[in-house]
Amino acid sequence: MKVCWFHLMPYTELPDDFTQKHDSVWVDIDSRLFDPKRAHHMYNDFMDELEFAASCGFDAICVNEHHNNGYGLMPSPNIIAATLARRTTESGPAICIMGNSLALYNPPTRIAEEMAMIDCISGGRLIAGFPVGTPMDTCYAFGENPSHLRVKYREAHDLVMQAWTNPDTFSFNGRYHQIPYVNIWPRPVQQPHPPVWIPGGGSVETFEWCAEMDYVYSYLSYFGYKAGLATMNDFWDTMSRLGKDRNPYRAGFLQFVGVAESKEEAMKLYKEPAEYFYGRCLHVDPRYSSPPGYTTEETMRRKYKSQVAAVADKKADSEKKSGLGTPVDMSIEFIEREGYVILGSPDEVAEKLREVAINMNVGHLMLLLQYGNMSKDLANYNTKLFAEKVMPQIHGLFDDEWEDHWWPKPMPKQERAIPAPIKQEAAE
Amino acid sequence: MSELKERNVTLNGVETRIWEKGEGEPIGYFPGFGGTPRWHAFLDVLAENRKVIVPSLPGFPGGGLGHLELDSQLDWVMACNDLLDLAGLKGSDLVGVGFGGALAADVAAVFPESVRKLVLISPYGLFIDKDPITNIWAQRPGTVQNILCTHPERFLELTATPNDYDPTEWNIEMIRAAEAGARFLWPNGNTRLSRRLPRIKQPTLLLWGAEDKVIPQSYAKIFADGISGETKIETITGAGHLAELDEPEAVAKAIHAFTG
Repeated sequence: MKVCWFHLMPYTELPDDFTQKHDSVWVDIDSRLFDPKRAHHMYNDFMDELEFAASCGFDAICVNEHHNNGYGLMPSPNIIAATLARRTTESGPAICIMGNSLALYNPPTRIAEEMAMIDCISGGRLIAGFPVGTPMDTCYAFGENPSHLRVKYREAHDLVMQAWTNPDTFSFNGRYHQIPYVNIWPRPVQQPHPPVWIPGGGSVETFEWCAEMDYVYSYLSYFGYKAGLATMNDFWDTMSRLGKDRNPYRAGFLQFVGVAESKEEAMKLYKEPAEYFYGRCLHVDPRYSSPPGYTTEETMRRKYKSQVAAVADKKADSEKKSGLGTPVDMSIEFIEREGYVILGSPDEVAEKLREVAINMNVGHLMLLLQYGNMSKDLANYNTKLFAEKVMPQIHGLFDDEWEDHWWPKPMPKQERAIPAPIKQEAAE
Repeated sequence: MSELKERNVTLNGVETRIWEKGEGEPIGYFPGFGGTPRWHAFLDVLAENRKVIVPSLPGFPGGGLGHLELDSQLDWVMACNDLLDLAGLKGSDLVGVGFGGALAADVAAVFPESVRKLVLISPYGLFIDKDPITNIWAQRPGTVQNILCTHPERFLELTATPNDYDPTEWNIEMIRAAEAGARFLWPNGNTRLSRRLPRIKQPTLLLWGAEDKVIPQSYAKIFADGISGETKIETITGAGHLAELDEPEAVAKAIHAFTG
């Protein structure tokens, strides 16, 4: 089992009356709520938290991309990943960029270049995530055409992969991208290319594509293991239909967790940040959720017609409850009961995560241990307690039976560079 | 009046439905948001003394998946021009509404022999920074009819699932119609038509619903100033963006008067 520590980098000081006075945390969130001098501290706290997680022994630290978003302050995750690569040389976790939305960048070779840079700087620790991107990020914040988005994304993917793997200079002559001389410098340490993970929202076409390309499928839902189980079952049904093995490392799953000495204590400690996240951070105006063409017709058809419909309905219910629509009960009791956040003592959390990982057959757990307006102290407490008391109970899962073919293969540690220590300037 | 006739033509390899009703000089209709999923009252009034021909635009109801192969504005304009030819509308009068208005204007500009007189009802194609278009694709679910029409129920009737139709497939076709429009107009509705307006030499009637909540009234004059041909602006009292759904009689009357 690989345990990954994921940061969304939420703005932690949205006002108490945010959901009453504002329509959306995303796309047209009021920029007057943003205080850059406070964000200076937030960014530095968040990077401290990621580096602390690395030092505690998490297998990977993960960053992701959002735009115009009050719960995701990383329009460019590559900037954060580059600093993490320099600051985590000793602990040496995988650096998981989860990831870059390929269709947003012109030319997409820029992504091939930046990721190759990070792979070189980190000595081959990069995991390359390629999401299509949410409607809010891609179609509204970045103005991408929803009717072209997926075809453009696939073509950009092809271009990036060729840029990484073709040793010769070549011209790319695509429908959306034409480049006379593709020849990126630098090239990634990991050959033929860094492991590719595809974050998805449950569409069967993405399952099929991951199977075809032999990529990790990572289901990034904020609604926990109860809502996620049906999607993962669907994923494994698709793998089996396509003749793929049940190697749990084909999959990743996102889960919020709060550990404390007891469940009661956890409910108390994590109440405020969890309610902040599921209340304020998921307060997304539904006007931005479904630009026409974003969802493929086949996915719509399956959603409406197949037996998965029941599951999709359940998920839609969850989404309604959590702010995409009319917010209802967002108490910590509801959040815990629905499984959005797993709360408990180390033993309780370990038992639940074992059960989740086994039931979903997921080898890459992407954990959110900081969420909402959680302070650095609490995030570090959660991280440390998890690393010391939970991780040992789940780390060995699957490893006797399955090999993770989708994990970075870095340079041997003794061959990797050690950054010079930061020198304090001498007083004048 | 004659019965509604339906036939299919092949446009870019895609089977495409053509509807036709009425006698007299042919007049074509390129619809706006939602397309023409069913024949409606305005088309009947228009067909009282004209042969009304409604070709299905690619991706709009009756137009299959033809939109998916159209990438550039030139692709769309050529497809629409071919469609006029296939529908027997070449050289006839042409009415374009909203999305369809942007295409009708471009066809008139690029292929002047294809269009005799042009009628544009709240056409897309321009975007004025100081007076922006309302984003039709960023509306809360189930509310779009309220900004399209002063009689929202007319839009709901137009797009309601027919009794003999699979609701899932119908729903997908309605979303596809919105996608097809988005394909050439996303995100702002600006096809840079302003550069081609001077090429429109046809007499052009610009109709605007007085209550249009999508495209500001001020755009009518910008169109009129840009077009080289003789222009006439008329405001339709009580109508919204899809003026022909709200006020079918008044819109048809204005068109009859203008096209002769």
